[in-house]
Amino acid sequence: MLTRRIIPCLDCDLGIKGGRVVKGIKFKKIRYAGLPWELAERYYKEGADEIVFLDITASYEKRATMIEIVEKTCQRVFIPITVGGGIKNIEDAQKLFKAGADKISINTAAIQRPKLVQELSKAFGSQAVVVAIDAKRRYKKGRCWFECSIYGGRKFTGVDAIFWAKKAAKLGAGEILLTSMDRDGTKQGFDLELNKKTSEAISIPVIASGGVGEKRHFLEVFKKTKVNAALAAGTLHFNKISIPELKKYLKSKGINVRV
Amino acid sequence: MIIIINYGMGNLRSLANAFQFLGEKVKIIDNPKEIERAQKIVFPGVGHFGEAMRSLKTRKIDGAIQTRIHKGIPFLGICLGLQLLLEESEEAPGVKGFGVFKGKVLKFQKVKIPQIGWNQIKIQRKTKILKGIQDKSFVYFMHSFYVKPSDKKIIVSQTHYGKDFCSTIESENIFGVQFHPEKSGAVGLQILRNFIKL
Repeated sequence: MLTRRIIPCLDCDLGIKGGRVVKGIKFKKIRYAGLPWELAERYYKEGADEIVFLDITASYEKRATMIEIVEKTCQRVFIPITVGGGIKNIEDAQKLFKAGADKISINTAAIQRPKLVQELSKAFGSQAVVVAIDAKRRYKKGRCWFECSIYGGRKFTGVDAIFWAKKAAKLGAGEILLTSMDRDGTKQGFDLELNKKTSEAISIPVIASGGVGEKRHFLEVFKKTKVNAALAAGTLHFNKISIPELKKYLKSKGINVRV
Repeated sequence: MIIIINYGMGNLRSLANAFQFLGEKVKIIDNPKEIERAQKIVFPGVGHFGEAMRSLKTRKIDGAIQTRIHKGIPFLGICLGLQLLLEESEEAPGVKGFGVFKGKVLKFQKVKIPQIGWNQIKIQRKTKILKGIQDKSFVYFMHSFYVKPSDKKIIVSQTHYGKDFCSTIESENIFGVQFHPEKSGAVGLQILRNFIKL
């Protein structure tokens, strides 16, 4: 049986020479957590199931820095690596795959031009294409819906997150990386409603993201929703939870994880 | 020295990195001449069965690969590289595989595809390629098709996804794994180390 996955996310600020892992809170405040390839190796050794690098600067001039980070990481880390941030076309993706990435994650460019999902999955296979969705709760006449944002949460699109997840899956996305903007950095737990609704609406894997602060939050999202993986950043970087301890806990509670 | 065959199907960087990490020299090759001299071959691949065969033919390396396999040098097929060793695939009806092993490549039914993630290998018997690996170890999969060889004796591990399927084969000098050892952490590295030591 396939396991539920624990995925550390390394948000990278490439404005600093060589790049640094940073942690944002509600997409704004920032703390520094370390060198990307060093943190990635630490998590690999601790039993992480995959690593995600997100280029939060997503600026064109800094693209080469991300490629160096991936190259360095892949020399010592032998689990799947996903890279996201600022990928706009096949060429951008190709460079990252060549550097050693296994999957690329797209967000803004995919919403702006959905056909990109199709082009990438045709060129590299569905398994290599992750569509990231940053969703914010909205209330209309007492009913809650989730709005997709782009440009790292700076711009709203009016697009319904679940509708977009379904469409992305149809276009050939292999996975959905679903971040709750309301919960991101708050340590209050994953947005269960968002994750439940989305993971039940589509047949491709969903990676839950945003809000984890305690071990029980992972248990909660795995028990109450159909998500296949959970992403965490700050809680792991600052040693609040260690991966071996987390996996042991999940296993003892009946969740199928790799230990 | 390990020769990794490049025929334009997937990224070979991680695989080369893994061998280098283990202290082994690697060379990525895309021409028949150098394949003919190879002493140990890794045949990776991600993508479409039909396109892979076409690409091998265009590069004129299909014959050289066949020759080396029959010569008896250690040969490791990974993912699509394993599937291509069979006779045919549901992914590309009418396209002939290498046919080194009798049998077919089938598509998963009634489960989410692709299978992406960590799953266990149930080891069937003592083998060279899985030496030192514990039964039910986790490895990383990323595929929609699986091999069904006619000769059950060559199946050395099975994995459960909807039903049991063949995840590792071994027959004399020929080995094949459906998962990605270069992405399977310490377990995967042990498998590559076993191949280096052959």
